[in-house]
Amino acid sequence: MKQGILWAALILVGLGSAPVALAAGAEELVRTECAACHALERPDYEALGIQERIDRKGPPLYYAGNKFQPEWLESWLQNPTRLRPAGIFPAAAVKESEEFDVIDPDKLIEHPALTAEQASEVATYLMSLRHHDDLIAANTYEPGTIAKRMGQLNFSKFNGCDACHSDEPGYGGLSGPELYTAWQRLQPAFIASFIADPVAWDPHTLMPKSGLNEGAVARLTNYLKLIGEEQP
Amino acid sequence: MKKSLLMAATLALGCIPLAYADDVARGEKLYNVYCVQCHGLSGHGDGVNVPALSVQPRNHHDTAEMTARSDEELFKAVKHGGKSINKSVLMPAWGGNLDDDDIHALVSHMRNLCCRNGE
Repeated sequence: MKQGILWAALILVGLGSAPVALAAGAEELVRTECAACHALERPDYEALGIQERIDRKGPPLYYAGNKFQPEWLESWLQNPTRLRPAGIFPAAAVKESEEFDVIDPDKLIEHPALTAEQASEVATYLMSLRHHDDLIAANTYEPGTIAKRMGQLNFSKFNGCDACHSDEPGYGGLSGPELYTAWQRLQPAFIASFIADPVAWDPHTLMPKSGLNEGAVARLTNYLKLIGEEQP
Repeated sequence: MKKSLLMAATLALGCIPLAYADDVARGEKLYNVYCVQCHGLSGHGDGVNVPALSVQPRNHHDTAEMTARSDEELFKAVKHGGKSINKSVLMPAWGGNLDDDDIHALVSHMRNLCCRNGE
């Protein structure tokens, strides 16, 4: 147990702000430096049960190629900014206060920054991980438009997405990833597919499977497109 | 025959509290994953998302409010969302993420919070 903790500490220290040493190949680099926090193959969710979600340290990457925009991924790896204000598992990153629970910055893990060369190689490798080609192939979303006021109402009042997500800086819940840059980060088909059935992507997701029909999913996705395109 | 019936009855009665305790423990674990963001680490309706919410999440320690709702209503609210019991859309439907056993375990944990902790 102590050895395990020591290893975990060494990994975390190794993943500090200093750039990670370039390994022989991108795959080796990812497997040695990233696998401690990110799943590179589909975990046995059924056998691990909900403890898998509690123990998770970073988003699963075994479908990174179905999820991310490659240019964004390469750029983010060089300059990682926090997308999830309360980290990957909010219950572990918040503390009680007099009024309500607040984020404890000491409990948040910083992501290491890669060099431009590393980021390019790692992003290329991660984009090759496409466990959920099936879900992308099944998706029929075609980008469209929505009036901003309607999109806002749909996001907040009608579907309650703002309980966990922010659609502009400083507005919205903190437990989910911010969504004002979702369109820049994520592939449109992934966004639509994930909204429609997040459990198919991640059986232990904290995103409720809403049962929204295609039209409702498209309206939400088009709103993320609208606000994402407004971002610098 | 009578003896074996007596033994069976004793065993069954003995198992009820154990099964209930298992259910509560499982419910508590699930609560920490799916519910604390809004209902708070302690369950007082004071989660980290509260400043963004237009409706205060239920305080699960509020004995008066919680005893006014049946287990079936709590189950329905978790499974089908707040709208299903004429409450807020901000309470999502978790029926697509959790199975019925999970939701029963959550109800057991909520009952434990409201009514068995002396608050």
